[in-house]
Amino acid sequence: MSTAVLFDNVSRHFGAVRAVDGVNLEIAEGEFFAMLGPSGSGKTTCLRLMAGFEQPTGGHIEIFGETAEGVPPYRRSVNTVFQDYALFPHLSILDNVAYGLMVKGVGREERRKAAEDALAMVKLPNYGSRRPGQLSGGQRQRVALARALVNKPKVLLLDEPLGALDLKLREQMQEELKTLQKSLGITFVFVTHDQGEALSMADRIAVFNDGRIQQLGSPEEVYKQPKTRFVADFVGSSNVLPAKLCQKLGVRSAYASLRPEAIALSAPGEGALSLNGTVSAHSFLGAVNRVVVDVDGARIAVASPAALAVPKVGSPVTISFAAHELHPMEDA
Amino acid sequence: MRSERNRSPLGLKIAAAAGLAFMHVPILLIFLYAFTTEEKSYQFPPPGLTTQWFAVAWNRPDVWAALTLSVKVASIATAVALVLGTLCAAAVSQTRFFGRETISLLVILPIALPGIITGIALRSAFSMAEIPFSFWTIVLGHATFCIVVVYNNAVARFRRISGSLIEASMDLGADGFQTFRYIILPNIGTALLAGGMLAFALSFDEVIVTTFTAGQQSTLPIWMLEELIRPRQRPVTNVVAMIVVLVTFLPILGAYYLTRDGDQIAGAGK
Repeated sequence: MSTAVLFDNVSRHFGAVRAVDGVNLEIAEGEFFAMLGPSGSGKTTCLRLMAGFEQPTGGHIEIFGETAEGVPPYRRSVNTVFQDYALFPHLSILDNVAYGLMVKGVGREERRKAAEDALAMVKLPNYGSRRPGQLSGGQRQRVALARALVNKPKVLLLDEPLGALDLKLREQMQEELKTLQKSLGITFVFVTHDQGEALSMADRIAVFNDGRIQQLGSPEEVYKQPKTRFVADFVGSSNVLPAKLCQKLGVRSAYASLRPEAIALSAPGEGALSLNGTVSAHSFLGAVNRVVVDVDGARIAVASPAALAVPKVGSPVTISFAAHELHPMEDA
Repeated sequence: MRSERNRSPLGLKIAAAAGLAFMHVPILLIFLYAFTTEEKSYQFPPPGLTTQWFAVAWNRPDVWAALTLSVKVASIATAVALVLGTLCAAAVSQTRFFGRETISLLVILPIALPGIITGIALRSAFSMAEIPFSFWTIVLGHATFCIVVVYNNAVARFRRISGSLIEASMDLGADGFQTFRYIILPNIGTALLAGGMLAFALSFDEVIVTTFTAGQQSTLPIWMLEELIRPRQRPVTNVVAMIVVLVTFLPILGAYYLTRDGDQIAGAGK
């Protein structure tokens, strides 16, 4: 499998602002790759570097083995689905979708057919004669997708494409995007600030903060073994055990992460680790009860199945977890 | 009930009617005196009515010379303004650069400055650079304020084109020229047409700047001023005035309707 996108120590500085600062990544052909991070973390700038809207101030970018620096967006075999969809308001839906083919000089009849096929693929057949203003947000999103895919890009870039949709529609589109990506086999690079979205859709995730990649790995790795406190906090809501507790538990590094759902409110079984504390708060979250336990001043969240009884606030409690659930972290 | 409440007092209605009449009756008088038989003075009522002055005006070469000069100047000044005004609007609205606000102000300044200042400034600049007065000096003078009109119209429309539309076009494979042709132009087209028509109308009846930059040439408004001073075949001036009204009023009316429709078109989908 060849490399679709390669970033070799890429930086993009805007004056003193280091929007992207020494990023290395390698996206494989056919991969569904997510760039996850809070706003201002550099993920969108990375996407724009791939699209060609930005040029790197340092480092080297390759797209399918070809140097990308200096190549304008209209000569790259990548297409983008924009956050605001960016549909052309003065063109019909069909002309919007056929635009890429039109500027490349594809004949009228051929591009009409291709655009109609693309619209059918995103489940919007017979919408060709409408205008973008007559469509709902979800429909516009599909049109934007069809408009990009009709050009048969080697890489499809998606900039927070589901951000403007309501929850129900977002979940539906997540599934459809995933199915579409698998059936087309096109490399998808997906920018999002929603960790749930990244975890559920991506083959691999790069977690961004302050212009750098904090961690790059499969959703399971990023979720279960956060490398830094930032990742532990941003992806889900891991407990970060301070140095004092780490020492007590015999962990070598200064900090360690522990997922709330890996902890049980019971005496330890064979080979498990345990800590003693007092219950300081709890709340009902549907499937689970979130219980906060105070252990020597550190607040540790426990996700306890709703079927189990919840201890009273202020009562002493023992929490236990398997040793392999405790993941040492690199930095403070 | 509604009509009761909205009924205004009679005095107010009369005042409004009088105000409107004060503005527009003189224009009707201009039209009326185009048909008078008395050629030396404007006595009321006109002693008789005739259409002979239309024929007289038609046969006067000085009328034709002035009209041709004015149309040429207005057309070329408008064309120059369309190109430069659009480019300037694109630069100011689509990019950020040092001195952007200053440039925006400097472009608008000629229309805020009294025409007499622009006129004197241009005249002294031309004489300092030893540029003889010509057709092109008038065009230059007019272009200074024509650019503003085009710029103002275009910049307002450019601001409504989201930057991602242009990026989307480039992303889909269109180069700069194609993006301008297929995305930008359709979105700013009516604004440019409106700005161009206004610019044409402004140029066509401009007197002050023209006085300073024309030398011995007479554009139509200058010719009319001269005609008023020496009373020979006065109704010819009125005939020409009617033509000026038509030539300037129709484009402005057109511009008004075009921008109104344009708003609806460009507003859709956003």
